[in-house]
Amino acid sequence: MASWNSLEVLKLLIISSMKNQKAITKDQVKHLAKLANLKLTDKELEKLLPQFTSVVDFVSKVQSLNTKNIPETSQVTGLENIFREDLIDKNRMFTQDEALSNAKKTYKGYFEVDAIFEE
Amino acid sequence: MPRKHIKAILKLMPYLKNKMLIDKSLTELASGLINKEFSSEEIVKECFDKIEKINSKLNAFTTVLDKDEVIKKAREKDNKRTENNNSLYGLPFIIKDSYNTRGFPTTVASNVLKNYISPYDATVYSRILNAGAILIAKTNMDAWGHGASSENNDYGPVRNPWDTSRVAGGSSGGNAAAISSRMTTFGIGEDTGGSIRNPSSWCNITGLKVTYGRTSRYGCVPYVSSFDTMGPMAKSAEDCALILQTMAGQDPLDATSSPKAVPDYSKNLQNRISGLVLGMPKECYAKGLDPEIKSSIEKAAEQFQQLGVKIKEISIPLLDYGVAVYYLIGTSETSSNLARYDAVRYGQDRSNFTKETIRRIMLGTYALSAGYYDAYYRKAQKGRTLFIKEYNKALSECDAILMPVEPMVATKIGELINDPIQNMLADIYTCQTPTGLPSLALPCGFNQSGMPIGMQLIGKMFTEEKLLNIGHQYQQMTDWHKRKPPLIEK
Amino acid sequence: MVNKYIPIIGLEIHVELKTVSKMFCGCKNDPFGAQQPNIYTCPVCLGLPGALPVPNRKAVEWCLKMGLALNCQIPLFSKFDRKNYFYPDLPKGYQISQYDQPFAVKGSLVIPSAVEGSLRLNRSSNKLRDSSASPQNDESIGITRVHLEEDTGKLLHAEIAGKKVTLIDFNRSGVPLIEIVTEPEIRSSEQARNFLKKLHQIIRYLGISDADMEKGSMRLEPNISVLSNDQRPTTKDQLPPYKVEIKNINSFSFAKKAIDYEIDRQIEILESGKIPLQETRGWDEKKQITFSQRSKEEAQDYRYFPEPDIPPIRWTPEDIKRLKNLIPELPDKKVDRFIKDYQLSKEDSLRITEKKEIADYFDQVVKFKKIPPKTVANWIINKKVDIAKVSPQDLIKLISAKTQTAVISEKELEVVIDKVITANPKPVADYQSGKQTALMFLVGQVMRHTQGQANPHTTRQILKKKIK
Repeated sequence: MASWNSLEVLKLLIISSMKNQKAITKDQVKHLAKLANLKLTDKELEKLLPQFTSVVDFVSKVQSLNTKNIPETSQVTGLENIFREDLIDKNRMFTQDEALSNAKKTYKGYFEVDAIFEE
Repeated sequence: MPRKHIKAILKLMPYLKNKMLIDKSLTELASGLINKEFSSEEIVKECFDKIEKINSKLNAFTTVLDKDEVIKKAREKDNKRTENNNSLYGLPFIIKDSYNTRGFPTTVASNVLKNYISPYDATVYSRILNAGAILIAKTNMDAWGHGASSENNDYGPVRNPWDTSRVAGGSSGGNAAAISSRMTTFGIGEDTGGSIRNPSSWCNITGLKVTYGRTSRYGCVPYVSSFDTMGPMAKSAEDCALILQTMAGQDPLDATSSPKAVPDYSKNLQNRISGLVLGMPKECYAKGLDPEIKSSIEKAAEQFQQLGVKIKEISIPLLDYGVAVYYLIGTSETSSNLARYDAVRYGQDRSNFTKETIRRIMLGTYALSAGYYDAYYRKAQKGRTLFIKEYNKALSECDAILMPVEPMVATKIGELINDPIQNMLADIYTCQTPTGLPSLALPCGFNQSGMPIGMQLIGKMFTEEKLLNIGHQYQQMTDWHKRKPPLIEK
Repeated sequence: MVNKYIPIIGLEIHVELKTVSKMFCGCKNDPFGAQQPNIYTCPVCLGLPGALPVPNRKAVEWCLKMGLALNCQIPLFSKFDRKNYFYPDLPKGYQISQYDQPFAVKGSLVIPSAVEGSLRLNRSSNKLRDSSASPQNDESIGITRVHLEEDTGKLLHAEIAGKKVTLIDFNRSGVPLIEIVTEPEIRSSEQARNFLKKLHQIIRYLGISDADMEKGSMRLEPNISVLSNDQRPTTKDQLPPYKVEIKNINSFSFAKKAIDYEIDRQIEILESGKIPLQETRGWDEKKQITFSQRSKEEAQDYRYFPEPDIPPIRWTPEDIKRLKNLIPELPDKKVDRFIKDYQLSKEDSLRITEKKEIADYFDQVVKFKKIPPKTVANWIINKKVDIAKVSPQDLIKLISAKTQTAVISEKELEVVIDKVITANPKPVADYQSGKQTALMFLVGQVMRHTQGQANPHTTRQILKKKIK
């Protein structure tokens, strides 16, 4: 099928230009999942690892870009100094009901979650 | 003409008339409504008729509004219509389910936002509503914008009206499928790395990715905050111009929205385009591009030449790095944007994220994490600067860049979603979004199997007017955009 | 006596700004005064999908003023960054803060030196010296940075139907917060307390916050470590290999207690030959101890990156000049002026300038040039004038009236003096045998009996004559 072939060609060409396969460990992925607040089981982590590794390898391509003396671009608007005045925006403020309207658990006007122990 | 023929034709007239309403351009609809040739109610009924007949085959929607409620609204519009109304007044539209719409569910096609009913409206949505248009549905998509096929979701894939064993494209797939199959008069989509242009080109409709900051992002669930753009999807460039007129303009609620004045996008559509230069990057037309797509675009180039446009070969040497740069920055920002979904104030548990989304969150977290930030995120942002330079250089040699939208036609269901790298590569021609440049996607042909082929015109910042002009002129001399999927003729 | 250990203390202070609206949205900024939870929220501060932040101009200007008042440099380019971490009181899963390009850097605050017993590390010679040797010298504490960020929601621990839960109120979410970080140059709990008091005073002078530690509009987290004098640093930047952060301190006095406790705790560990663990500890008011909260060793990776939703900020030198001119005369300058122009004592000047309202009031009264400044000062300090009720003109009238009726005739004065002499034979005898202080006592008695209306000088002369 024509469509499949062209993607395959592209993929092979790009992968062939990728450098050393970086070894990402299961511990690394576990740590990332923790940072990202994703509760992944051991099994899920194992399944994720090979695909994640290949994706990382793919994007590692950027390392071969020559960026000497090139600054980073974080925003393309060129805008600066955009502010709002210190006024109350009544139109956007929610009533308590509106604020709580999508929560699963609320209690006397508060959002409720299982106890968090700080110690 | 024999009387019985006349009688037969007269009998057919309403049927013929009704059958043609949604085929009309938005301008034609607007004037028809003012002249009372037909009503909003009739248009809406036509939409629902199509939805009821076809949508089960396409799965274009996450929420369809209650038919009776919508008809009621249409009647209200019919009763209140005046000559001073906006052109969109009383027209039914659909909107990607990433836009907050008060009172109706906003799910981004993910179970994480199941049952979420937003208490506020997105700015762009408000503007369209204030113009008098009528919402009829929220559309299915790739959840969170993560995809190029509208398969990455909890609602099932959006199928392509031209071949239901194929995807409609993504992430604004529902929009494209619905507009293409005439279930609505226009749609509001969102493009971060091709999300308007990809499904537009795979479903044979017209879609505009605006300059970053041209339209307000307030109220649209973000994928990549510094790439996301809100844009129109419709049957033609002319229609897109009309819709953009209402959408565009600075919003005090979005600090990144542009204060640049909004021109009259429809005014200069008729301008001649002879003398303009279109650049065709040689890297795009080499390896990896489906030969049928290549020849369609080359044919389009010839047609442009007939209009007096000059075609020039240009170069984007860094093209192959685009996907990597796009994904590194994109996943970094999305990993942060998705952090708010902790099921405390709204939504469901994070375990509801799909595998594809989890992969993106992880990649973004990795790129930003201590020890990797410089080599990945920072490096990619430098790459972004290189791309801006490169596209600026290319655009200094031409008025717009003529590029394919996709390297292949719509894929079979399952193809992209099951191969992460292939999935990423589908963005190869549409991932220049880190530069912020606008791009108009237009139908330009079909392959031998009858699948639509699209092309895109990329311009300098804030040159939507020029792109729409070029697009409109092309659509005056071709009729690809008028073709309808065989599915709906049955 | 030179101690064996040097406390190395740096302070991190958060100050809630009292702008009318929040940092990135137009919600009402009044978390402490809200009668109900979750009544001052909107899509932005509640972290709803799709909402976007727009910075409050006034909050930004106030942050700059704070920096300028602390003698900071103001870089001409600045931006916001995202600080990514998860906690239920953080609705977006990230806090908009500032990382590598804050609004103000490299400042200093002069504080009165602590009294005897505390140590100062002479930074140039790296020798310790007892500061009680020069008690009057002021100390300059370096300010690393002043930046702007948003506050989180508030957590409440409760029990509902036997189950322990946490309740969350987002009224405070998005309130503008200034963060001030000092260099680790503070050497004692007393110095820390002096620093806080001075900082508090300046904040009140600027009018940007109530800075009330009990209400939570000013929060303190000291970072404490202890250097053994044997490990005398070879460079001034060398610091101990650990530091302990203390949280949950709700008043200036608890700050001093907590720091003292922590220094002792660390010294004990060091004496045993070990190194204290790098961690976060909480202050327990009831038990008056610090306790371990979470190990800072496993430091959070905040994955800071530039906030894409907010364009950066660029100042011109004119902008900064304009803001600098908006800063009122600060306490130190005011004290100097009162001493110079009004000949007030340093002590009186410090008292009058403690609160800006009172200092301003004082200036207003003195401006009329009807009453000598020292008299006005005495009245304000000793008679505790309610400046809200008594206008400057009223005070002038009051003082004038009192000093007029303070004319007591010489005859009446003599009568009182005679009475006092008769009633106090022992002091009289003491004076006659050479005790000068006895005379002062007798003068005081006369003053008492005349409700202060007698002229002390005249009284003294008459007494001397009479009891010679």
